[in-house]
Amino acid sequence: MNNLLSIITVLPAIAALILALFLRGTDEAAQRNAKMLALIATTATFVISLVLLAQFDPANTGFQFVEDRPWIAGLNYKMGVDGISILFVMLTTALMPITILSCWGVSSRVKEYMIAFLILETLMLGVFCALDLVLFYLFFEAGLIPMFLIIGIWGGALRIYAAFKFFLYTFLGSVLMLVAMIAMYFAAGTSDIPTLMAFDFSSEPIAVLGLTITGGLQTLLFLAFFASFAVKMPMWPVHTWLPDAHVQAPTAGSVVLAAILLKMGGYGFLRFSLPMFPVGSDVMTPAVFWMSAIAIVYTSLVALAQSDMKKLIAYSSVAHMGYVTIGIFAANQQGVDGAIFQMLSHGFISGALFLCVGVIYDRMHTREIDAYGGLVNRMPAYALVFLFFTMANVGLPGTSGFVGEFLVLIGIFQVNTWVAAVATSGVILSAAYALWLYRRVALGALVKEGLATITDMSRRERAIFAPLIVMTLLLGVYPALVTDIIGPSVAQLVADYHAALPLVAEAASH
Amino acid sequence: MASFILLAPLLGAILCGFGWRLIGEFAGQVITTALIFAAAILSWYIFLTFDGTTQHITLLRWIESGSLSTDWGIRLDRLTAIMLVVVNSVSALVHLYSFGYMAHDENWGHGEAYKARFFAYLSFFTFSMLMLITSDNLVQMFFGWEGVGVASYLLIGFYYKKPSANAAAIKAFVVNRVGDFGFALGIFGLFYLTDSIRFDDVFAAAPKLAETQVHFLWTEWNAANLIGVLLFIGAMGKSAQLFLHTWLPDAMEGPTPVSALIHAATMVTAGVFLVCRMSPLYEYAPDATTMITVVGATTAFFAATVGLVQNDIKRVIAYSTCSQLGYMFVAAGVGLYPVAMFHLFTHAFFKAMLFLGAGSVIHAMHHEQDMRNYGGLRKKIPFTFWMMMIGTLAITGVGIPLTHFGFAGFLSKDAVIEGAYAGSAYAYPLLVLAAAMTSFYSWRLMFMTFYGKPRGDAHTHDHAHEAPLTMLVPLGVLSIGAMFAGMIWYGVFFGDEAKMRTWFAMEPAVAHGTENATEETHATDETATEETATAHTEETVVATETASEQAAHAAVAPKGAVLMLPERGILHAAHEAPTWVKASPFVAMVLGFLLAFQFYIRKPHLPAQLATQQRPLYLFLLNKWYFDELFDWAIVRPAKWLGRFLWQKGDGAVIDGTINGIAMGIIPFFTRLAGRAQSGYVFTYAFAMVLGIAVLITWMTLGGR
Repeated sequence: MNNLLSIITVLPAIAALILALFLRGTDEAAQRNAKMLALIATTATFVISLVLLAQFDPANTGFQFVEDRPWIAGLNYKMGVDGISILFVMLTTALMPITILSCWGVSSRVKEYMIAFLILETLMLGVFCALDLVLFYLFFEAGLIPMFLIIGIWGGALRIYAAFKFFLYTFLGSVLMLVAMIAMYFAAGTSDIPTLMAFDFSSEPIAVLGLTITGGLQTLLFLAFFASFAVKMPMWPVHTWLPDAHVQAPTAGSVVLAAILLKMGGYGFLRFSLPMFPVGSDVMTPAVFWMSAIAIVYTSLVALAQSDMKKLIAYSSVAHMGYVTIGIFAANQQGVDGAIFQMLSHGFISGALFLCVGVIYDRMHTREIDAYGGLVNRMPAYALVFLFFTMANVGLPGTSGFVGEFLVLIGIFQVNTWVAAVATSGVILSAAYALWLYRRVALGALVKEGLATITDMSRRERAIFAPLIVMTLLLGVYPALVTDIIGPSVAQLVADYHAALPLVAEAASH
Repeated sequence: MASFILLAPLLGAILCGFGWRLIGEFAGQVITTALIFAAAILSWYIFLTFDGTTQHITLLRWIESGSLSTDWGIRLDRLTAIMLVVVNSVSALVHLYSFGYMAHDENWGHGEAYKARFFAYLSFFTFSMLMLITSDNLVQMFFGWEGVGVASYLLIGFYYKKPSANAAAIKAFVVNRVGDFGFALGIFGLFYLTDSIRFDDVFAAAPKLAETQVHFLWTEWNAANLIGVLLFIGAMGKSAQLFLHTWLPDAMEGPTPVSALIHAATMVTAGVFLVCRMSPLYEYAPDATTMITVVGATTAFFAATVGLVQNDIKRVIAYSTCSQLGYMFVAAGVGLYPVAMFHLFTHAFFKAMLFLGAGSVIHAMHHEQDMRNYGGLRKKIPFTFWMMMIGTLAITGVGIPLTHFGFAGFLSKDAVIEGAYAGSAYAYPLLVLAAAMTSFYSWRLMFMTFYGKPRGDAHTHDHAHEAPLTMLVPLGVLSIGAMFAGMIWYGVFFGDEAKMRTWFAMEPAVAHGTENATEETHATDETATEETATAHTEETVVATETASEQAAHAAVAPKGAVLMLPERGILHAAHEAPTWVKASPFVAMVLGFLLAFQFYIRKPHLPAQLATQQRPLYLFLLNKWYFDELFDWAIVRPAKWLGRFLWQKGDGAVIDGTINGIAMGIIPFFTRLAGRAQSGYVFTYAFAMVLGIAVLITWMTLGGR
């Protein structure tokens, strides 16, 4: 089968189309059918993606399962995965059924809700598979639309504000990225990503308004892409949309946002910034390091001050993404391995934490930490799950959270010990805010009257968490599952990156 | 066999923790306890039959990335064997003890199940601790290191309805993380410098590290010293050394068996174990070891002063633990790693016993912990009294001076003090002073608890009764260790160099014997040479790529569980300590006893009088030198304030303010739009916008061609 990627990518969209065209009515049966169809479609996508994983050859560092056919107006429809992207595909397909299952209780505009998630899945998978600049851009930008809708229609009281903030932030980055893409096309004469990855963009210093720009065109292109990816990550100081978006988003929306959408920024750095603009990356690396290191300390401190559970976890996400950018720009095997691992691991852990908030939000309809306390007395299973993911979030060895952080930090230490020390201090702060949150929510005596009749997790809720727990433990105990797949491709990426640096520098000196 | 020992507690924890609803609480308790007892018996078998040759067992792949390769594995050598015995024995006895201690707990209401959870936590802790001590590399050790931290968090916060217990649990975890911060940086540094985190590779590279300069943060450092200091920061956290000690007294919020297992005998000694384990590195890091000695001695002194005035029976013992850990660090710091392990070993017995004895007293007194409400319990709980008496004799170091005949603490603590005399002019006087104070507060505890007239609630005193057999048996077993462990193993840990080197499978002390040409030449005893020579061929050491580039002789890890460079000659110097030095701890002990006897038996009004006269000093000690207040004022409050500030001013005013400013032209337009239009419509606009961009790019690309 040489069109496996297209099948995976399009399958959810087809299900969405079926829902849109054939499902009528808003009664309970129709709602149930919509959910069932969405669940079946996402599960089927996951199962097919397992075939993809089984057939994938990690030793081959090139693109596999490549599909390349002419598309409209002389553009190419080109798809393919390598060791860097395939696990993001897997992450997406694996988390979507869980996400669908988590919105079983939703009852307003269910059909549209399901359609939004299904379309979103198609677009996210497209981002990770696209091997053509235009195709990538379409998926990348269009992916925001379902997310706007999910926040804007099914969100909380201030959803409009949050959706706009999200939109404004991403919009500026999108425009710059668009301009950069056009410039790339003019320079290289192609929109084919593998070709562009091998292309040497000029790094002659150029002067703009009297300022000499080291690294020239590469630095400018890097900055344009950076504007888009940094917002997506999100990196400090362009992170402030994330807490608002999370707080207003419905639970399932938060899960997808934290677990998958944020990873598109990190993926972009690995697919575009490092291979295509090595000199630009090298020039900007110190800035990225310090933005990330500040992010870790700054957002961890801010997390300490939060009184809203979702906001706290959102800030914690920003801190964890700080490790990712540090790892990527450390540009050595451990750093990049760690960054990818951290993204995958964060997908499971942050997704689970937002689901944890969802469980009690569904019961009490508040995210205020002060409204809770002593849940362990009536919800022992919930308290255990929440504790598990709290510990995974603070990077406890044995969980996947540790492996990513550890590899990133061991990678950065070889490059810059100051950044390593500042970033490592995050382990202290994360322990402080995470355990304090846990204490205020789950521990203590159960005295609040509203909580007196709260019930423990249902069978469906337990079924949602089970696979997340298994993955978090499995990756923590046997991370070779991931590193075996990404290792060779990352090694290639790192080797290419470092090979490009002196070469280009030499060329520039001539 | 080692794998079974390692995994049995994990199995027990899982069966008991998740399966107790099916099999019942009691069955869960029995399963965990039986598995740990099996592990303990096997540990003793290994300990007694082990020949000292280092063995490596690989279980599973772990973190691999480029040249970094980590396995789940077991390293079995003398250090591991010692720790296996300590951990599993104390753990097994504490499990047994908990049957009785946890049978009726007032913190739980009717129908609330808590016993299975408690036993599962205990077994989980044991598993983590075993991972720590059996590890073959630093990362797995870090796994165990943090694992015991979690178990400690869970057990300190076991009474989760009590706010004080929850606060103590978080404090323990976070303060430990401060130490872990240093430990982690040490691991990163070692990987950077040696390209490996396996012990053998690191040890092989250690001599090279001593000659390497490395840039870390603001300046150049000697690599060996830098790594040594970073790793020691980790050890300070786990072993509650000065500045990172504040969590340990608070940890007494946990049930008493937990204090005995985790906060006396095993987890808190992990830092000492780490330093001993890394001895091949520390031998080349003179500045780092000086720091260890100074911190250890200061802690031993500081904690002893605070212990003098505490009234909570558990806190007295907690500060005593803190102080004794300082002794161990001094021994390790001056280079007497076997002596550090010796004191760790004997301390595990008598300190676990003191805690369990205190638990028995608390049990008898209906969870009253204030010693001011005790008194005259000798007749009520005679067995506990005698056990506590043995413990006190052991910790204060009672024995016949200038012989090797005495309670466990007599032999190990005196060895530490002799080593301190030989190695550090700073540590020796502090340790002797601390020994006098140890004696004072230990006897104070005994006198206040068991002698005099009953002071507390008369009803409670009338009903004070001896604990059930499950609690008394562990006390009895531990008392055997407290009495004899010192005398039995004195030779191999300290007394006889040749035996010691064979026991730890070290190279015989050839250099020392020839260079110094002293009467110590018996160290190069023929049999020892033969034995170690055979051991040499059996040992296989894999050298790293980096290491193999060096000269062949330097690329191999030194033999044995610990390294003591003969040229330091510390053991010899300790053996040669003058008689007055050897007698000094005994004199200090007697003085402490006499003072306590005067204060609490003969003139019981004296303590209160002195406290009034020296009120500032008394308050200073009672409030533990105000460390908690200082840290709260200097760290906790500023962090919270900064968090709020960054959130409201940084995120709110500056970042959002700027963004809003930039978007000033757009926002009013959008808000008007948003105000008028229904929410759904707004997003149609957004959709149209992005679609427009897509059309634009298509056009641009076509036009470019």
